[in-house]
Amino acid sequence: MEQYDVLIIGAGVIGTSIARELSAYDLKTAVIEKEADVCFGISSRNSGVVHSGIHYAPGSLRALHAVRGNELFEELCSQLTVPYERIGKLTVAFEESQFPTLEKLYTQGVENGVPDLQIIDAKRMQELQPGVGGARALYSPSTGIVGPYELTIALAEHAHAHGVDFIFTEEVVSIKNRSDLYEIQTKKGSQISAKIIIDAAGLYSDSIAHLAGIDSPRIYPCRGEYYVLDKRLEDELQLLIYPVPGNHSSGLGIHLTNTVEGNILIGPSNDYIENKEDLSTTVQILARLREEGHELLPSLTSSDFIRSFAGLRPKLTPPEVGGFGDFIIEDHDRFILLIGIESPGLTASPSIAISIREMIANHIPLALKKDWDPSLTREERFLELPEDRQEQLIAEDPDYGSVVCRCEGITKAEVLQAVDRIMGPVTYIGIKLRCRAMMGRCQGGFCAPRIAEILKTERDITIDEQFYKGIESPMFEGLLREESPHE
Amino acid sequence: MNEKINVSILIIGAGPAGTAAALGAKEAGEDSILIIDRDTRAGGILNQCIHDGFGLMRYKRALSGPEYAQLDIDSCHKKNIPILTDTYVHTIIKGDDHFTIKAIATGRLYSIKAKAVILAMGCRERTAGAISLPGSRPAGIYTAGTAQRLLNMQNTLVGRSCVIVGSGDIGLIMARRMTLEGAKVQAVTELQSYPGGLDRNIRQCLDDFDIPLYLETGIVSVHGNDRVCGITIAPLRSDRTLDMKNSQYITCDTILLSVGLIPENELSRSLDIAIDPITQGPIVTGDLMTSCPGVFACGNVLQVHDIVDLVSEEAKRAGRTAVSFVSGAYADTKELFSIYAGEKIRYCVPQVITPSSTTTLSLRVTEPITDATISITNDATLIKKRRYSFTQPSEMIQIEISVPENLVGSLEVNCE
Ligand SMILES: Cc1cc2nc3c(=O)[nH]c(=O)nc-3n(C[C@H](O)[C@H](O)[C@H](O)COP(=O)(O)OP(=O)(O)OC[C@H]3O[C@@H](n4cnc5c(N)ncnc54)[C@H](O)[C@@H]3O)c2cc1C
Repeated sequence: MEQYDVLIIGAGVIGTSIARELSAYDLKTAVIEKEADVCFGISSRNSGVVHSGIHYAPGSLRALHAVRGNELFEELCSQLTVPYERIGKLTVAFEESQFPTLEKLYTQGVENGVPDLQIIDAKRMQELQPGVGGARALYSPSTGIVGPYELTIALAEHAHAHGVDFIFTEEVVSIKNRSDLYEIQTKKGSQISAKIIIDAAGLYSDSIAHLAGIDSPRIYPCRGEYYVLDKRLEDELQLLIYPVPGNHSSGLGIHLTNTVEGNILIGPSNDYIENKEDLSTTVQILARLREEGHELLPSLTSSDFIRSFAGLRPKLTPPEVGGFGDFIIEDHDRFILLIGIESPGLTASPSIAISIREMIANHIPLALKKDWDPSLTREERFLELPEDRQEQLIAEDPDYGSVVCRCEGITKAEVLQAVDRIMGPVTYIGIKLRCRAMMGRCQGGFCAPRIAEILKTERDITIDEQFYKGIESPMFEGLLREESPHE
Repeated sequence: MNEKINVSILIIGAGPAGTAAALGAKEAGEDSILIIDRDTRAGGILNQCIHDGFGLMRYKRALSGPEYAQLDIDSCHKKNIPILTDTYVHTIIKGDDHFTIKAIATGRLYSIKAKAVILAMGCRERTAGAISLPGSRPAGIYTAGTAQRLLNMQNTLVGRSCVIVGSGDIGLIMARRMTLEGAKVQAVTELQSYPGGLDRNIRQCLDDFDIPLYLETGIVSVHGNDRVCGITIAPLRSDRTLDMKNSQYITCDTILLSVGLIPENELSRSLDIAIDPITQGPIVTGDLMTSCPGVFACGNVLQVHDIVDLVSEEAKRAGRTAVSFVSGAYADTKELFSIYAGEKIRYCVPQVITPSSTTTLSLRVTEPITDATISITNDATLIKKRRYSFTQPSEMIQIEISVPENLVGSLEVNCE
């Protein structure tokens, strides 16, 4: 039985942030994940906003970790070469009756330690975003945007480079506390033991806690549906613009969100559902999102909608209550429970990781590794490099000249690097999240067949072994006819 | 390696439009032409269209797609018109009297100077996102053209049992093709009250194989977490909402989308070329010149065509007019008048014309119409009138006109 000091359950942004934090210390750490890859849960299905911290009650864990997390983001993203921009946000009041809410958010933000907050008038609003509606706004310059899956993947790769093991397609189904060791069993029958368990299982952290016999509150999945818009509209939005939240809403209201890639998002909606696997988008919500999109962006056309998707919030507040609960982060005798890590979980992740490391230090003495290097460098996208660098790279590897994904301009060399960076089984989603091929306006119509061919000829992955998101998810039926020449 | 090239006319795209444009330019006396294509072979989308029916107008024969494409590719070779394949144009910059085009290919970079550029990049298929396909996003959802490429060029079958959403021509062709390869095509669904594809394809691809076509039917949800396991469809009520009482679940492992094509104008947009919101192609003059002088457009990048013979014809014209631009025979002082798509006309290409010219108008009606009369007028003067016993949006109508010398305001096209 493999034995670890720390076993992290869940390879979302929370699990991988903790893994990277721990990778700096002399510890034997592993991350175990039921899906085929990192970031297949909530962490790739959100708005990607690095919140400032104005929305959370003073003294709450959400306030603490959002503000401290926000402060850490700039350095973290530059260390890991992850796209991040501090673009700022306007929380807009449309009528006088909403002004007190703005004031309240301002005072709350100041109390939470959010830097540089200002209440601004319509004239200043127009300077920041020409054409914006509304009478008054709270301006939070520290609000930013980040590539959520780029971040999660980079955290995992960095942790892995510093000795953290990653175990994929293994679902934890049993946890036994044997005095000073936890024994874990997976659905496939693997056994692992660890001194400390970190429950970072997102939507499922309640079930994991129950496996360990811990009486945790229950998680209510709450769905947010989005549209992704064509990059053509990138320049329409200079910064984030949110309406002032209403009294009982448990989301922040449908709005437009810039992404680091230049695609604007419309969403998210806010609907409690039953099933934690149900990532469907629905006729009703999509119609509403389209309507609001056309209102907010008059130049929108129907071909600008390139994709819709949904994410699930792991809520602790039941549907009849709504609103937000606070994060729960507790140490139950070396079983560290993280539950209800909904928004601003992404923002909070670097700060939460520090707190978890401090909790672990209560059980195991921690010694810093001498050779730990905080940085993970990565080549920029080929087509965005200066021409002399392009010439150099193309001379080293001719595959840089062959464009596979025409919409995002991704070359064969970059696709192959993405394939080789995947730690678990190769999947199309894994490739997509690592190099953006198939993520553009044609959504893989052009490049998916080409990627099928590249996997086959360059990496010996036959058509039957090509999967979309895991081994239950075959891309194709198979070859039409036998390709063996010997028949 | 960074290769520098100088040409008179650069053509982007080596599909039927690009090759015909090159031949048109050559016939008009131009020798310095280069065609570039990002695919590994010339021919564009026709390479995957192994069914017949191409060339009925131009050659009076039913050729397969690759055969049709090859005829013009061969002519280009014979006339020494070079075609660079596996080469991707990523940037066009407009200079004072020329364009600089940046492209990359396996092992090399290109920097090309051209006096005129012909856009012939074709189009892409609309996606699940573009039609707001509700439900989950498992493996097994393909656009019809992608499935066609996999099947016809890569020996790969996408699924065994499928529902085709949308009744565009590629979807209809794929319904037949999948059936012939032993897959079960459960149904084709269409939002409109009339099919999106050509009549002959409805007969030859659906009726002949007993594949049901559900008109005025929408999608309630796609089902399946890992791979598609089914789809729920429902008829539309008269207010265009889904009639959930009559919804039905169809078990299938694959969904093919055939919901329209979008001209691929990202390069055009980077030159700030004006785009028609209806055709989603560049706004052009009767000479097929875009709003950026020296840049011409033809084929599916300009407007989605249903018959390739008409693409070739249009492209030849673009090739010829590009030559007259390059040779300086172009008076850019000519006044432009717009063409207005009026009653029951969805769009009309070109969108602007010059007086005393001749040109071919391409247009589509907004709905199926029996005994249609299309008239082109200026002020109160009738320029041309044409009668059709029946016409529908899936059929492009072409009308040749001579534009008079004295125009009052815009030209109007109406149908009754
Ligand atoms: C619609 C939406 C919008 C949001 N917008 C923002 C935003 O703009 N800014 C922000 O800061 N935050 C935002 N959030 C919140 C943020 O996305 C989450 O807080 C964060 O991603 C949570 O990460 P996680 O690692 O806890 O969960 P996950 O990413 O879900 O990771 C948990 C992992 O555990 C695995 N797992 C579960 N059970 C088992 C098992 N038995 N065995 C092994 N593995 C298991 C799962 O497969 C999963 O990969 C948003 C959330 C949603 C839903």
